[in-house]
Amino acid sequence: MNVLNLVHAFFGDGAHWHGYDGIPTRLAEHIGYSLEALLIAAVIGLPVGLVTGHYGRGGNALALIATAGRALPSFGLLVLMVLWIGLGLLPVMIPLVVLAVPPILVTTYEAVRTVDPSPVDAARGMGMSEARVLFRVEVPVALPLILSGLRTAAVQIISTATIAAYVGLGGLGRYIIDGLYQRDYEKVVGGAALVAGLALVTLLLFWAAARVTVSRGVRRST
Amino acid sequence: MATALLAGCSAKSGGVVVGSNNFPESNLLADIYGEALKAKGIDVTYKPNIGSRETTYGLLKNGSVAVLPEYNGALLAYLDPKATPKSAEETTAAIKAKLASKLTLLDPSSAQDKDTLAVNAETARKYHLTARSSAADLKAVAKDLVIGGSPEFQTRQQGLVGLKSVYGLDFKSFKALDAGGTLTQTALAKNDVQVADIFSTDPTIAKEKFVVLKDPQNLFGFQNVQPVVSKTALPKKGVAALNAVSAKLDTATLLDLDTQVQLQHKDPLDVAKAWLKSAGLD
Amino acid sequence: MNGFFDLPSDLQYSYLGLVGLHLREALIPVLAGLIVALPIAQLCARFRWIYPPVLGLTTVLYSIPSLAFFVVLIDYFGQSETTVMIPLAVYSLVVLVPGIVDGVRSVPQETLAAAEAMGFGPLRRYLQVQLPIAAPAIIAGLRVAVISSLSLVSVGMLIGNQGALGNMLYDANTYHRPALAVNSVLTTAVLGVLADALLVLVRRLLTPWMPRKGAR
Repeated sequence: MNVLNLVHAFFGDGAHWHGYDGIPTRLAEHIGYSLEALLIAAVIGLPVGLVTGHYGRGGNALALIATAGRALPSFGLLVLMVLWIGLGLLPVMIPLVVLAVPPILVTTYEAVRTVDPSPVDAARGMGMSEARVLFRVEVPVALPLILSGLRTAAVQIISTATIAAYVGLGGLGRYIIDGLYQRDYEKVVGGAALVAGLALVTLLLFWAAARVTVSRGVRRST
Repeated sequence: MATALLAGCSAKSGGVVVGSNNFPESNLLADIYGEALKAKGIDVTYKPNIGSRETTYGLLKNGSVAVLPEYNGALLAYLDPKATPKSAEETTAAIKAKLASKLTLLDPSSAQDKDTLAVNAETARKYHLTARSSAADLKAVAKDLVIGGSPEFQTRQQGLVGLKSVYGLDFKSFKALDAGGTLTQTALAKNDVQVADIFSTDPTIAKEKFVVLKDPQNLFGFQNVQPVVSKTALPKKGVAALNAVSAKLDTATLLDLDTQVQLQHKDPLDVAKAWLKSAGLD
Repeated sequence: MNGFFDLPSDLQYSYLGLVGLHLREALIPVLAGLIVALPIAQLCARFRWIYPPVLGLTTVLYSIPSLAFFVVLIDYFGQSETTVMIPLAVYSLVVLVPGIVDGVRSVPQETLAAAEAMGFGPLRRYLQVQLPIAAPAIIAGLRVAVISSLSLVSVGMLIGNQGALGNMLYDANTYHRPALAVNSVLTTAVLGVLADALLVLVRRLLTPWMPRKGAR
């Protein structure tokens, strides 16, 4: 079995390019699930990480929460949520968010906590409020690391969102699960290639975002 | 922890490997046939929840699995999608002609479990479908309905492929769930799908008031429980033991045993043993 | 028969048996990953031009979903523990290499020169100087690898009940017993937290000179 041949066959088959089971639909579904999960995780993880990092407190508690979050098995959590809640998007979002919050939370905390204290003190000396210190001084310096936390979370979500297919949802996992049960390796390998490709594009986007948003002064010093 | 590790290492192997597909009835049947072998002093290893037929047939061929409870019509449709047998005997004969040379079919039981097209109560009411309706009656409305089934249902002759070619049914979309399991049952009950592939011995049909549509063209064929075995791995007395089980098993019994496992939460192995005892096969 | 730790017969293991199986399926790959990662990381630290392509390749490997990996390997290793363990070893490798490279690179040149001056050969210098200094980075990588490996084993359920504690998920679903899923998830999580605590302890024992506080 040659993996490259399978990939070629998968993408060469016109039937894979349209309809509800076509690549555009499945790709859009996958991106949709991933973005939603990343957004929710960021809404939870970023503020908590920023505030705790700013005050430099609660690191141990965060580490504990993050470890617990990482220890919860995504696939098990998915099956459990489906048994409790029923089918739908919510039972898929829960394990994805649980997966994504720890890297965002811990990295953001570390990023803000380890900002060089001298400019922070200078800003305070200039009479800046705590919020201004956080957003005008600490966040710009911490941004590269914060983005790397989001990037880790995004890549993990993209790869894990494939489990949504096990509970009847769409996304690129559809090809992998269907391929397993239909014994159609072309689908499995094609689906995996799409997931890996999506992850790579995501990495590139984050790299570009870091270049655009990180201020030049910070970039030079890191 | 050390004892746990040791226990983990003592994975069972050897003996006749009795496998099953990834749905509860297959597991139960594997227990029934397997325990019947054990009762004759044959060493048995179980390999449950292997996957779909697409996978289990491969494992039978390469000798990893020696005994598998099969459904004759579905097996034939897998081996020869174009076959249209008129009786259970014809089905058996057609399978034997196509079966890998290392494998053979034992006697069929009278117990049948078919794939069926079932609609939920709401859909039945909306489109005036009753137990007398047939799959063909969906033709005009299929484009508005989402159908659910196992992932493999999508590509099988006894699945979307046949529903389209035999009954002209073109559904709005297909939702891949599981092989007549909890996901499919729940999705149909909650109207996530309006039509689903539900097994005829499924105890939830009665519980959820699903309406099973008739299959006048016999797309889903004859589905007698019938073990496929490896010719070399099973001794003669084992063959006799499995045939004795099939002789006693009928559809009503199967439905009863399924109900005990799926609705009353009894352990399939206990259910299998109790039935073998009551049938005098232990 | 439906006690919390009583498992359906088709799982073929006692609760503790599944725990043992789970640990084995999760930890052997991490160990294998570590053994392969050490020389690769050493090469990357030594010849810097190797590192970017290695990093690129490992990132791609890491983003391949475990299930797809399993399915492709079924053809070669059957529905077996090996099929589950190989991808987990690859993921461990991917997680470990960057940490070790950074750790080994963080050893100051002066320290290496001092070791050389004391007459240490390359192997002795690696084992007695570089490795201990890189230990915190290695253990940080191991923590991530162990916890994700423990979590991913469960997915093996989908390839013929090769998922140890994950196999309980199939039965939870099939026999309408959510308690089995609760058991599976909690046990896996507890194993992860315990293994993590153990690694933190090991780090403290190995590196008594390090400060004890900090989130990671």
